[in-house]
Amino acid sequence: MASSICLCLLRAVFLVCFVNPLIQGLSGDVNLVQDPRHRLEKNLTGLSIVTFDWHHVQTPYLVITWVFVAGLAKLSVIELNHHVISVVPESGLLIILGFILGGIVWGADKAQTFKLLPPTFFYYLLPQIILDASYFMPNKLFFSNLGSILIYAIFGTCWNAATVGLSLWGCYEAGVMGNLDIGLLQFLLFGSLIAAVDPVAVIAVFEEVHVNEVLFILVFGESLLNDGVTVVLYNVFDAFVALGGPRIDAEEIFKGIFSFVVVAFGGSFLGVVFAVLLSLLTRCTKHIQIIEAGFVFVVGYLAYLTADMLSLSAILSVTFCGICCQKYVNANMDEKSVTTVRHAMKVLANGSETMIFVFLGITAIDTEIWVWNTGFILLTLLFVFIYRIIGVFLLTWMLNKFRLVPIEVIDQVVMSYGGLRGAVAYGLAAMLDKDKIPEKNLIISTTLIVVYFTVILQGITMKPLVQWLKVKRAAHSDLKLIEKLNNRAFDHILAAVEDICGRIGDNWWTRGWNRFEENYISWLLMKPKARKNRDYLFSIFHKLNLEDAVNYVSEGERQGSLAFIRSDEVANVDFKKQFGSEFTDVMPDIMVNMSNYELGIENFSVTSIVKDTIPSVSLDIHGKDRKNAADDINAHHLLQQHLYRSRKNHRHKFSRSHFSINQSEDEVQEIFQRTMRSRLESFKSAKMGVNPAKKITKHHKKDLTHKVKDFHDASFTWIAQLYPTHSSLPWLMETDAVAPSQRAQWRLPWTPNRLRRLAPMRVSTCSTDSFLMADLEEHEEKPQTDHEEEM
Amino acid sequence: MGSTNSTLLKIPNVEVLMQETGFSPAHIIRLHDRFKALDKEGRGHLCPHDFGAIKELAMNPIGDRIIGAFFSPGKETVDFHTFVKILAHFRPVDKDRPKEPNSPEPINSRSNKLKFAFQLYDQDKDGKISRDELLQVLRAMLGMQVTDEQLESIADRTIQEADLDRDDAISFEEFRKSLEKINIDHKMSIRFLR
Repeated sequence: MASSICLCLLRAVFLVCFVNPLIQGLSGDVNLVQDPRHRLEKNLTGLSIVTFDWHHVQTPYLVITWVFVAGLAKLSVIELNHHVISVVPESGLLIILGFILGGIVWGADKAQTFKLLPPTFFYYLLPQIILDASYFMPNKLFFSNLGSILIYAIFGTCWNAATVGLSLWGCYEAGVMGNLDIGLLQFLLFGSLIAAVDPVAVIAVFEEVHVNEVLFILVFGESLLNDGVTVVLYNVFDAFVALGGPRIDAEEIFKGIFSFVVVAFGGSFLGVVFAVLLSLLTRCTKHIQIIEAGFVFVVGYLAYLTADMLSLSAILSVTFCGICCQKYVNANMDEKSVTTVRHAMKVLANGSETMIFVFLGITAIDTEIWVWNTGFILLTLLFVFIYRIIGVFLLTWMLNKFRLVPIEVIDQVVMSYGGLRGAVAYGLAAMLDKDKIPEKNLIISTTLIVVYFTVILQGITMKPLVQWLKVKRAAHSDLKLIEKLNNRAFDHILAAVEDICGRIGDNWWTRGWNRFEENYISWLLMKPKARKNRDYLFSIFHKLNLEDAVNYVSEGERQGSLAFIRSDEVANVDFKKQFGSEFTDVMPDIMVNMSNYELGIENFSVTSIVKDTIPSVSLDIHGKDRKNAADDINAHHLLQQHLYRSRKNHRHKFSRSHFSINQSEDEVQEIFQRTMRSRLESFKSAKMGVNPAKKITKHHKKDLTHKVKDFHDASFTWIAQLYPTHSSLPWLMETDAVAPSQRAQWRLPWTPNRLRRLAPMRVSTCSTDSFLMADLEEHEEKPQTDHEEEM
Repeated sequence: MGSTNSTLLKIPNVEVLMQETGFSPAHIIRLHDRFKALDKEGRGHLCPHDFGAIKELAMNPIGDRIIGAFFSPGKETVDFHTFVKILAHFRPVDKDRPKEPNSPEPINSRSNKLKFAFQLYDQDKDGKISRDELLQVLRAMLGMQVTDEQLESIADRTIQEADLDRDDAISFEEFRKSLEKINIDHKMSIRFLR
């Protein structure tokens, strides 16, 4: 609490002391500022060591100061949310902060010098938000719901625009609003700009409310795609207003409809073109990976500007650019570049969103724009709200006839309540021409009020509403162990069955498109190396092998008694000291080629990568009665901590600040290894009829090579069936694949074969699955000395 | 949607299937598409390694057990009917189903869902979850950091909690009783199979 107070005080101090004089200096006495210089120049008696020169740095300084202030605002809002119960969504708080800031500026200046100007908003603040949204868009989910999203975006927005405009006009004709200089077309224009759901506001509010993914993608997708409609409607009605009523005939209306097709599809097509360009670019940047990341932003922004230049839908252009380029750009770019792009995008998007909301607040504090007309404003609020609800329910009723998974009523309520308007509406309103539309200020005022209402009020009540509507689960304060266990088991079962069912449609079209995409598009747009590594299992396998190898070396070190002599390229692992007498004949020195790993060997610190091993907890079974209570707590705690999380708990959440979507890598590793090992065991016992636990005597060694070869052939076919898409097995390819030392984490290898296998870290083409070899040798080649040792 | 009907006709005994499982024609078609997608060689039935090719299942700690649940003991293949019948367990429960006293329980009733889960634990199908079987499941679902002694202790406590007749194993009735508080309908239902 103390820190947040400090922060707020700091901010207030900063604002008061710094911004005020800036503004005063700006607007007030320009001459005074300039004069000293001139005076100096005129009466240059001596050399001036330092001069104060505001005029030169004015513009960039102001811009940066506002960005800084917006950042501080976000910081204090978040601090506030941590300590006070977060009731108001961040966006709402930022707007309120904007009010305060606007008040300060207005108080100092008696005029609002810092407004949200439409060009600033549309060209500098909006593109990165849309790019961020589309770059992180869950593609599968988006495309499988694309039909519904389009219906909501197109028909929903048109419905909203038409009904709001017509209702307001009807009310005006009825005389509720008093005397205004406004006509039907202007009402329709207003309807079109207030109809669109705003992506910025939707992200801002829905991020904090975790709804299910289908609902989220419907609202979010609609907010992105309705820009096509909004742009067309706005331009069409703007033109109609300019033309004047009498000149509008069927031809013009038909042109209007046609322009929708052109604008929407043209914008999307342009986005796809830029996505292809971007993918090709990243494909060719193998040698200059440092600037790859920049291309993403540059090309994205170009897509936006080009579409705007051609009066096509700019938001659609950027959206499709991001959606289409995701996969290829992430595959082609170096991992560091991918991370850079992700982080940078989030920073830019966060910053822009903050600035937008703060400025939305600031622009309110301006006496010039406010025109209050109770009837107009209240009726607008009412109609916007009501027609949204009606529209959503109507469209959903129609859609549910065709959808495989119907949209539930609760989801529909959330969808209609989540129709938030935001800065785009304000921007469009501010761009109106005052000459043609005399009531421009009224429109701006109303738009601002609608925006505040939806963002602040609906944002506040969204979370409670969502929680209230969900079925309340019985309070399970004291879940027994078996319930906890089964809960988790059910999660896993559900996740597995969902995977078996194929969560997203697996019909002919999807499969056909996937095949087409794999063969032609990926060939064109992806680097060959990236294409090879596309197999997800293989990439995990590869990572596991690398980790195994590194752990093997570090484990060897950790055992303590190894003399680890390292040159720049070769690591010499000497096992003799550890196992000394027992295995001297068996263990040679092994040379490990470490040049493949960028480990920074000089600064190689063992402790940094050694995994934390088994905790030394001893449970005394005999003293059970004594320790009952302790055991109970212990068991519950263990379950809580160590049960594997199922994929369901890691659903894709679109978030401004977090973007990790997978299970933790450790868990994936462990589960994968275990699954593969158990599959091999069952496969071996099925095919070979050999119980792996049986002790193999010396006699079998002669047959070993024969059996091994048989086994390899058999395993070859099995593995080949498992990876039908590869003509050669992943570990046979001449890549940087590493032979895994399966047991490295728990045991040091001690057989000559295994050591020999590890010695050249590249897998030779004659040995097959070293994965299998590991288990094979462990069971069948145990030196007799080991058993004698145990006995 | 002419293709719909023709696809439906290709599947043998589709009426009986829909009756037994309660799936709508649209769902049957979708599951049929999925079946065909999994059955890459077009043999008309699935083998264990067809399921093994599903990448995400390798990341699921009890994925292999679930694959095993599709194959009846002794059989090596799954045909479409069995596939659909097993998946029917995960259909959400029909809330307003008229209670006819003589009709058999639908596949997706709460009791049948629990039976399915029970079979996942009870690998040797003796009707009880023995301590060993429970240990196996626990081992699969818990991280590597848990030692064997801790594992055994958890297994012992779990059996203690659920085992009412003190036979050191969990029968189906005891299993069902211990899960009274859990909303099975919610936890073992997949929305899109409605």
